[in-house]
Amino acid sequence: MTTRHINAAPPALRSQQARQLLLTLVGWAVALTIFFPILWMVLTGFKTETAAIADPSFIFSPTLESYQAVNARSGYARFALNSVAVAFGSTFLALLIAIPCAYAMAFLPTRRTKGTLLWMLSTKMLPPVGVLVPIYLIFRDVGLLDTRTGLILIYTLMNLPIVVWMLYTFFKDMPRDILEAGRMDGASTFQEVFYLLLPLTMPGIASTGLLSVILSWNEAFWSLNLTTSKAAPLTAYIASFSSPEGLFWAKLSAASTMAIAPILVLGWMTQKQMVRGLTFGAVK
Amino acid sequence: MRRARHLPVTVLAAAIALASHAQAQTEITVATVNNNDMVIMQSLTDAFEKAHPDITLDWVVLEENVLRQRMTTDIATGGGQFDVMTIGAYEAPIWAEREWLEPLDDLPDEYAVDDLLTSVRDGLSLEGTPYALPFYAESSMMYYRKDLFEEAGIEMSEQPTWNEVRDWAEQLHGAQEGVAGICLRGKPGWGENMAFVTTLVNTYGGRWFDEQWNPELTSEPWMEAIEFYVDLLGNYGPPGASSNGFNENLALFARGNCAMWVDATSAAGTLYDGSESSVADSLGFAPAPVAKTPKGSHWLWTWALAIPASSEHKDAAKQFITWATSQEYIELVGETQGWTNVPPGTRESTYANEQYTQAAPFADFVLSAIQNADPTDSTLEPNPYTGVQIVNIPEFQAIGTQVGQSIAAALTGDTTVEQALTSAQRATERTMQRAGYND
Repeated sequence: MTTRHINAAPPALRSQQARQLLLTLVGWAVALTIFFPILWMVLTGFKTETAAIADPSFIFSPTLESYQAVNARSGYARFALNSVAVAFGSTFLALLIAIPCAYAMAFLPTRRTKGTLLWMLSTKMLPPVGVLVPIYLIFRDVGLLDTRTGLILIYTLMNLPIVVWMLYTFFKDMPRDILEAGRMDGASTFQEVFYLLLPLTMPGIASTGLLSVILSWNEAFWSLNLTTSKAAPLTAYIASFSSPEGLFWAKLSAASTMAIAPILVLGWMTQKQMVRGLTFGAVK
Repeated sequence: MRRARHLPVTVLAAAIALASHAQAQTEITVATVNNNDMVIMQSLTDAFEKAHPDITLDWVVLEENVLRQRMTTDIATGGGQFDVMTIGAYEAPIWAEREWLEPLDDLPDEYAVDDLLTSVRDGLSLEGTPYALPFYAESSMMYYRKDLFEEAGIEMSEQPTWNEVRDWAEQLHGAQEGVAGICLRGKPGWGENMAFVTTLVNTYGGRWFDEQWNPELTSEPWMEAIEFYVDLLGNYGPPGASSNGFNENLALFARGNCAMWVDATSAAGTLYDGSESSVADSLGFAPAPVAKTPKGSHWLWTWALAIPASSEHKDAAKQFITWATSQEYIELVGETQGWTNVPPGTRESTYANEQYTQAAPFADFVLSAIQNADPTDSTLEPNPYTGVQIVNIPEFQAIGTQVGQSIAAALTGDTTVEQALTSAQRATERTMQRAGYND
């Protein structure tokens, strides 16, 4: 018996190890493929304009001239500050609206809840350019053009369906018994949400918030169309370095690297929470 | 104690003084495209603000297509977000007709409006009234590698023809590793491949519309020109030519990957600059090739500064655009940024300046190309529109891009030239009927 065991174990272990190695290799290959354009952009930012259009090469003498040119031309800090204010402001507002909404839908559903959820999501299917002129006219009349408040409002509306959907899914996965126990102990609805629901679903809320920040940070259509200079975020900053006439690849790459750096660092720092939140309730 | 009692009054007075100073400052927002000339203009902000201490400039620099969409939305809705807009020769008369732009008929004497090149000024006017001031103008011409031509024993003609170009392209294709016989625009778009294709069709004797606004895309000159284009670029062009626009071809030519290139005169400055181009020493230039007629064989494009009617700071905006398009500005750029960086093609005085003509050996050549391009008479047969490589009607952006896509499909071999032009003709007919040009 013992001999059989000893003989049987190594092939199983070997095959398991081989599978793991293969999975690791596939994982690395996928990750590198996804990361390659970002890596190339970062490298191009350190090249001269001539080197940027030359035959692709990893070997070059790095220079900061593109970064200097980019910084000399426009105030990065002003754009970055607008991006931070708009991304976090809109996320905060979206969560503020979406938490009570998702709570009602998850714990007090009606016949029309599913339909309402689908309808909310369907607004994401409309190409934004279809409502550009009406929104532009409204913003013009109420004085919201080129203001952070205007962008925060539009981003909140843009992200609200996804935020509600995600929170609804997380809330639905939460055992109702816990809330009922709280109610038995005399907790009010507010206390139930504040002291039970929110702490227990925090990973989900955090990842929803992070996703909303990332979506707002990267949004380019509304930011380009509704701002000029005062409230313009980093997406407008990048757009100013793109051109169909003239060589600007290195400068564009340098500007793009500077624009994505803050959100890349944020993503890096919070990747554990992100993954935990996105897989929250996936395995029961 | 006495001093302390007076302190609040002093602070208040200072605050009022500061506030009134702030009020006296007019901030104007300038929307412009991202290219070398405009970046230089932005870098000279201090010079303008020093000369006009009551005006400050706020810049919105965007990529051409994004800027066009952004400005159109604002001007059509009267948003008033911009005080100065950078517009092209295409928009100027269309927007002027809709009364979206401020007429510029009372320009000061020192601006020397007569010094502006006539063809350029006329392209920005409506019924004799200018609605935009030219910042720089360009035409198209042929660039070639003198070293490759010499090696192959080819002599460039004074006025090359497209048949000659085809023979040379065949001879030079692959003459050195990675060298294509010719580079031309292939990327679809009304301002991309169609700018070049329209000049080719013009010189083959074609036109976009007959005098009753009927499209003529299936006419013999169109068929002949597009067959020629597809054959030339398909056989002797660089790989993936259908995705090459101005920038891609500029990069290819600057790297030495093209024996010939027909495109904007504005590329000359970059190609002559040894720090950006590896072919600066062997660069040759010639007029844009012709086929059956020289009419419309090279284009005319102007970037100009205009004041939207919705601007709230029209006086300050006018002071800025007259400064940025003045002779004084051109001299300032020449002296501070180098004479090859001067915005070309707008003023006679630029070409009378020896410092410029010495620094830019292509100067006279560009001047004559711009002067010879006549947007009011660009085709062999008469036509109802103005524009050499464009048709000055609002529908042209959509039509041009759609036809450009059909031609790009023929270039990649997805359709035949005949199929491409037939579908382009149908689409254009539909658009024109819907817009009420014909029944």
